[in-house]
Amino acid sequence: MAARKGSASSTKAGANVSADELKQYYHDMLLIRRFEEKAGQLYGMGLIGGFCHLYIGQEAVVVGLEAAAKEGDKRVTSYRDHGHMLACGMDPKGVMAELTGREDGYSKGKGGSMHMFSKEKHFYGGHGIVAAQVPIGAGLAFSDKYKGNDNVTFAYFGDGAANQGQVAETYNMAQLWDLPVVFVIENNQYAMGTSVQRATKSPDFYERGLSYGIAGEAVDGMDVLAVKEAGEKAVAHCRSGKGPYILEIKTYRYRGHSMSDPAKYRTREEVQKMRDERDAIEHVRQLLLTGKHATEDDLKAIDKEIKSIVNEAAEFSKESPEPSLDELYTDIYADAAPQNA
Amino acid sequence: MATKILMPALSPTMEEGTLAKWLKKEGDTVSSGDILAEIETDKATMEFEAVDEGVLGKILVAEGTSGVKVNDPIAVMLEEGEDASAADEAEAPATADDAGDAQEAEKAPAKAKSSDEGDDVPRPDTSPDWPEGTPMKTQTVREALRDAMAEEMRRDDSVFLMGEEVAEYQGAYKISQGLLDEFGDKRVIDTPITEHGFAGLGVGAAFGGLRPIVEFMTFNFAMQAMDQIVNSAAKTLYMSGGQMGAPMVFRGPNGAAARVGAQHSQDYGAWYASVPGLKVVQPYSAADAKGLLKSAIRDPNPVIFLENEILYGRSFDVPDLEDFTIPFGKAKIWREGSDVTIVSWGIGMSHALEAADKLAEDGIEAEVIDLRTLRPIDYDTVLASVRKTNRVVTVEEGFPVASLGNHLSSVIMERAFDYLDAPVINVTGKDVPMPYAANLEKLALVTFEDVVEAVKKVTYR
Ligand SMILES: Cc1ncc(C[n+]2csc(CCOP(=O)(O)OP(=O)(O)O)c2C)c(N)n1
Ligand SMILES: [Mg+2]
Repeated sequence: MAARKGSASSTKAGANVSADELKQYYHDMLLIRRFEEKAGQLYGMGLIGGFCHLYIGQEAVVVGLEAAAKEGDKRVTSYRDHGHMLACGMDPKGVMAELTGREDGYSKGKGGSMHMFSKEKHFYGGHGIVAAQVPIGAGLAFSDKYKGNDNVTFAYFGDGAANQGQVAETYNMAQLWDLPVVFVIENNQYAMGTSVQRATKSPDFYERGLSYGIAGEAVDGMDVLAVKEAGEKAVAHCRSGKGPYILEIKTYRYRGHSMSDPAKYRTREEVQKMRDERDAIEHVRQLLLTGKHATEDDLKAIDKEIKSIVNEAAEFSKESPEPSLDELYTDIYADAAPQNA
Repeated sequence: MATKILMPALSPTMEEGTLAKWLKKEGDTVSSGDILAEIETDKATMEFEAVDEGVLGKILVAEGTSGVKVNDPIAVMLEEGEDASAADEAEAPATADDAGDAQEAEKAPAKAKSSDEGDDVPRPDTSPDWPEGTPMKTQTVREALRDAMAEEMRRDDSVFLMGEEVAEYQGAYKISQGLLDEFGDKRVIDTPITEHGFAGLGVGAAFGGLRPIVEFMTFNFAMQAMDQIVNSAAKTLYMSGGQMGAPMVFRGPNGAAARVGAQHSQDYGAWYASVPGLKVVQPYSAADAKGLLKSAIRDPNPVIFLENEILYGRSFDVPDLEDFTIPFGKAKIWREGSDVTIVSWGIGMSHALEAADKLAEDGIEAEVIDLRTLRPIDYDTVLASVRKTNRVVTVEEGFPVASLGNHLSSVIMERAFDYLDAPVINVTGKDVPMPYAANLEKLALVTFEDVVEAVKKVTYR
């Protein structure tokens, strides 16, 4: 883990972030964590099937970057997508109902955990193939540049994905055409069971754009304020027409890669140490309390509110019916084109 | 309030597991994140964490119990201060009924007769796959695949295995379990997630005289490597006028697992089978998986070896021989019959065999043929059977358009038209991307009922 950009005491909590904003970040991060814990529970009960990748530990990344975004900005990510959807304002009920494969899910139950989308919130997926979302992100940015607006796209991907060939190809095109895309590498130190060190001898992902002319920086992903600040800088760069920017955000996933990962590649102590010493939610909690921006009771009230949002989402996702059987053959073509078989 | 802790599902295909070990005992205080127990799935031993905090009131399933169904209560948690008697009010424990792996007996291949004379008389190879009286042992497909690789790696030190998570993680689906220990990191190599890159690197290594086995975590990801597989591996021998080719194996699970959605569920059998220069294997049983993988590793051509996640955990009889291989292009007749021929391969075989059992109850005797290899195809065995039954149903998991069944139908029409009493029916997966929702996924997949229905159609019942 890289050094924090600012230690807990020197964050600009009081300077360019208001108490309300700080409370909002706490709220948003906690919502993701509790939502994911609930999803894990529902998976254990057999209500969620297939692959399910939890975002617990990485909450500050999406919450910090969403704080730097404006309406119209786009985002696209991998299968580890629940946090991104909640952070950009998608409805926890619709997300959970997709996880249980029900009619009221964002994809009518047809996509599942890894494949969810919301046009309204400019969330372009949920992609199951490692790194496929990277050129797609550049393409979204291409569309905004083409139309002449000042929107920016956040293309999120993992440290493992960063080694895929299409990432290099995309860097080249994005810089060549000055595309307004922020490449966000969520470096949680592992790609399934493979640590960064075992996958590359060039572990400083933020430098990988340099040979194409793309600037980048490493950011402490356990500090939501540092993420927000870096996000603002990257977004300003893109909006002003200077082309892409790379943020390598150092973070950590607490849970297994997916629900079926025995996680023998790291020690429990390593995980516990990160939870105890670097937890992003705890960090904001402390900022709120020591800065006297909130009382214990204020925070308890937030906890309670979130618990009820998550429970409601879970109930909703259980009660929503399975999709109608007619849905098997809908949405395959955009028009009424006849099927071939 | 006392809450029941239920047996968790720890993988997409897990339906039951073994409660290997309790790490907390009754009366212990538990905080969220503590490991409660170790649970063995068909793939691995997993740690089971507590979600809520409290006191472990009562253990309902003793450690060492196997066959514990997902969602059965395994323990009762009490809230702080709650009395242990609250635990007793929770329902009776689920007893563990030992459900071992379904074991499917392998029948010796049947002998078909080829007595007719003429230009296009099919001449099936009816020799047994291994000598009569060979001792057999029970193995899962997973173990058979690992043994095949280990035996070939011992036999030829130019054979090496490369792919994502094959070494230290012991394989994402535990197929390469133990290989790193035995062969070391020179020959069992973890790659970055760079399918196009490492597939191409494997082709180069094969050009250079090695015998790579390239594992794709699943064949869905091999689409990233399609160019190297088709343009480099399959075509080079031809383009170089026979000077150099790529003797290598591309292997991994193919087709649907359970609820993993549209991007992780495709069956590529027909795709690869359409490419000249490739050989394509799609085994069903453990014995075939072993004998065919050994042949694939020795084959001087690029071989696509399509496994199946659902079959990995199934057990079959496997010959207990030091070395045995099964040749390509030799189908296996699993069941003889005179009323209809069912042709399948891979996971399709489980539907075909189940359908045949069901049909027998209705007095319809199906002959069930496992093609085993999709390139080359054993047309002789199929055509000989058509001459006998006059009716054919093909069964595969892939999409219906341009399916392998379509191809078989056309060959049967050309070469056995006069023997057909009904049109050939191709039973396939539905013409849709795989949906995630449980009810829709079930509809999209092939079932034995689909096969039964097709057979009734071609037999006009
Ligand atoms: C092309 C491709 N190869 C392999 C996989 C299987 N797979 C899914 S996630 C994953 C690890 C990715 O790690 P990383 O990019 O670091 O993202 P993280 O899971 O840590 O968020 C692998 C190998 C896949 N989905 N797609
Ligand atoms: Mg990672």
